[in-house]
Amino acid sequence: MNPPDTPTAGAGTDPPDYQELFRQFKGQEGELISILVRVQETFGYISEESVRQISQFLRLSENQIFGVASFFSKFRFDEPGRKSIKVCMGTACHVHGGGFLSDTLGWQLGITVGQSTKDKRFDFQRVNCLGCCALAPVVQINEKIHARTMVTQLKEILQNRE
Amino acid sequence: MNNFPAIQAAARQQWARLEASPVPVIYVGAATCGLAAGAGDVLHAIRQTLTERQVEARVVPVGCIGPCYLEPLMDVRLPNHPRITYANVDPARARRILERLLLHGDPSPDLAFAHFGANGDPLTAGLPRFFDTPMLRHQVRLVLRNCGFIDPEDIEHYLANEGYAGLNQALGMTPEDVIGLVKEAGLRGRGGAGFPTWRKWQICRGAAGTPKYVICNCSEGDPGAFMNRALIEGDPHAVLEGLLIAGFAIGASHGYIYINSDYHLAIARLRTAIAQMTAHGLLGEGVLGTDFSFGITLKEGGGAFVCGEETALIASCEGRRGMPRSRPPFPAIAGLNGRPTIINNVETLGTLPHLLRNGAAWYRQFGVEGNYGTKTFSLVGKVRRPGLIEVPLGIRLRQIVFDIGGGSWKRFKAVQTGGPSGGCLSEEFLDLPVAYEAMAEAGSIMGSGGMIVVDEDTCAVDLALYFLRFTQAESCGKCSPCRVGTWHMVRLLEDLAAGRAQPEDLAKLQNLAETVKRASLCGLGQTAPNPVLTTLRHFRTEYLQHAKERHCAAAACKELVEYRIDPARCNGCQRCIEVCPTHAIAGARSEAHRIDLALCIKCKACYEVCRYDQLAGNAVIFESRRSQQ
Ligand SMILES: Cc1cc2nc3c(=O)[nH]c(=O)nc-3n(C[C@H](O)[C@H](O)[C@H](O)COP(=O)(O)O)c2cc1C
Ligand code: FES
Repeated sequence: MNPPDTPTAGAGTDPPDYQELFRQFKGQEGELISILVRVQETFGYISEESVRQISQFLRLSENQIFGVASFFSKFRFDEPGRKSIKVCMGTACHVHGGGFLSDTLGWQLGITVGQSTKDKRFDFQRVNCLGCCALAPVVQINEKIHARTMVTQLKEILQNRE
Repeated sequence: MNNFPAIQAAARQQWARLEASPVPVIYVGAATCGLAAGAGDVLHAIRQTLTERQVEARVVPVGCIGPCYLEPLMDVRLPNHPRITYANVDPARARRILERLLLHGDPSPDLAFAHFGANGDPLTAGLPRFFDTPMLRHQVRLVLRNCGFIDPEDIEHYLANEGYAGLNQALGMTPEDVIGLVKEAGLRGRGGAGFPTWRKWQICRGAAGTPKYVICNCSEGDPGAFMNRALIEGDPHAVLEGLLIAGFAIGASHGYIYINSDYHLAIARLRTAIAQMTAHGLLGEGVLGTDFSFGITLKEGGGAFVCGEETALIASCEGRRGMPRSRPPFPAIAGLNGRPTIINNVETLGTLPHLLRNGAAWYRQFGVEGNYGTKTFSLVGKVRRPGLIEVPLGIRLRQIVFDIGGGSWKRFKAVQTGGPSGGCLSEEFLDLPVAYEAMAEAGSIMGSGGMIVVDEDTCAVDLALYFLRFTQAESCGKCSPCRVGTWHMVRLLEDLAAGRAQPEDLAKLQNLAETVKRASLCGLGQTAPNPVLTTLRHFRTEYLQHAKERHCAAAACKELVEYRIDPARCNGCQRCIEVCPTHAIAGARSEAHRIDLALCIKCKACYEVCRYDQLAGNAVIFESRRSQQ
């Protein structure tokens, strides 16, 4: 029942096995986005190697695959940090001060949204609505949602997950 | 041979056994909102308690029942007693409640929120009925009727509650009659625009070309809306049944569900449901023994807002960039793979089973002339009772915000409907009926169900900037009015928010907004200016204050706000010095502290501790002072 792990969890543990992953697909162009989603879930990001593999599987050009993947902001092309931090930037969270959380986190981690820390410990993303707007503002660290988060709780939340 | 009666009878028997369960039944709201609030830990604690205490009980995880602010919700039903709801439970509380109730028959009235039975049971004395509580009293639950009551992973629960009876009904009619029924009911699309569902269907049915397709639109790109997700999580079969009915009506043999790939739980529930349907002969060759055949495929979306637009959605389904194209041809004529395609919203489809089963006249008793039926909203923002609601159309905004939502935390300012495509409606619109035309006349839209309430702490300029930044980032870039126009609108709004704008800029902004609205290729660009146009109209003074006096009355625009410490109230506790990330605050213990504005990043940390820490004196003030340029 648990949602599949976020990118950070499985990254770099097993050797990439694309054939295994492609087995659930028929090899049609219309499956491209689903395949990209699976690849990102498995490897944490879309690498050049992934694009090459998908290109062979679907018989589409690498450019075409990269073009589609880069259209959607959810796909990333660099290796994510180990702890995924997602600050909700949905409307409910915005009016409850989500912007303060994201600004302060950026300051504390020394990076801006979309980056990961140099030591690859933290990965910092913004997302649009995590579906629990009644608990706004929310921050998600790996799978755990922190509800009604205050700026002054951020440090502790980050340390908790070390 | 139609075997539906047999399937239904078997399911009803199973349901009756659950209803008459000789052991207690425990329900936990375990949709996304419940899980985020900690329902997973509560479930774990429940199971542990049952094992430790050696009590036999059934645990049923259910969908979202609506009042998300009360999550996690745990309900317990003792044999022959009404189901009792406990709100805001945590593992310790769940354990305490269960031990008292299951071992000693004590319902813990101090911890209980409501019950679901008839009044008069000694166990629930003094408790209100759940549906009589203020948030629920004004709602009509038609689409959401099963959410929170059935196990969304058990098709038998759905079947026992009249599930697939609507489909069975439809299969006994001609497709034309199904379309006729939907026409008579006056059902309009719940995805936002309110286009008559029957008309689309009829065009598609009459269109040349096979196969035909029907697609369920669960793109739900509105940031701050979760009603479609909640419906699928709580009652996936209702949407699937609707998809089959739509497919039958238009003559499609295959359906797709286009769903945001981040909706993990909803996707898992759909996969389970589809497998169960296949096992019951509700999918595949000869559905329910008729000659109607149907298959369903899930299509994961990349989560782009524009992919909610029909032609962009189709492009994305075909494995291309999610860019819209100009219409006509409309998808009903040439859609997926160039074939006639109908795209319907999740809620539109979720309505169909009830409509088919109960008839058009029944459906028309809800709502008002021209706007029949109900609409779900995710009522969130600065409202006291946020959650998932369903109301009859024609209801006043005031009833939604105040009666259902309990009003705003601070002074009510506005309500935004329709997300980034919608408008911001001020206090004077509170008596507006929630109906497609009325909302459009007021400059907003009904939208797919996002409803965000804001109070005096939200600035109209900041809210407009928030939405424009969103649409600008989500603009696919195909047409220049949207790509370039939204970019310039963001710049102008940023200037306003930073106090760099001149009063003349308001006219520029207005002009630009109207141009983008008129000239854009698709619905995204055509509606993107709505938040700006409505705030300009209803909150013009605020815009002028930003431009003329560099003043943000809500103290929300960071650049116009300054933090300071009131020396009369500061007791020198040094808590703010501890939390300030930039070491901008100085002061000896027990002496008034000062903020160095050159170092202050306005992160609000000092304000929070000073306001909420018991030792602190609530001395940090942030405000925007008026200044003439
Ligand atoms: C930018 C944009 C975003 C949209 N997003 C959604 C969406 O998230 N969900 C949805 O059902 N309809 C969305 N729509 C409307 C759909 O294009 C379409 O009109 C709708 O799904 C039709 O279904 P209905 O007739 O059942 O309402 C969007 C439209 C535009 C222009
Ligand atoms: S807006 Fe943040 S969870 Fe919905």
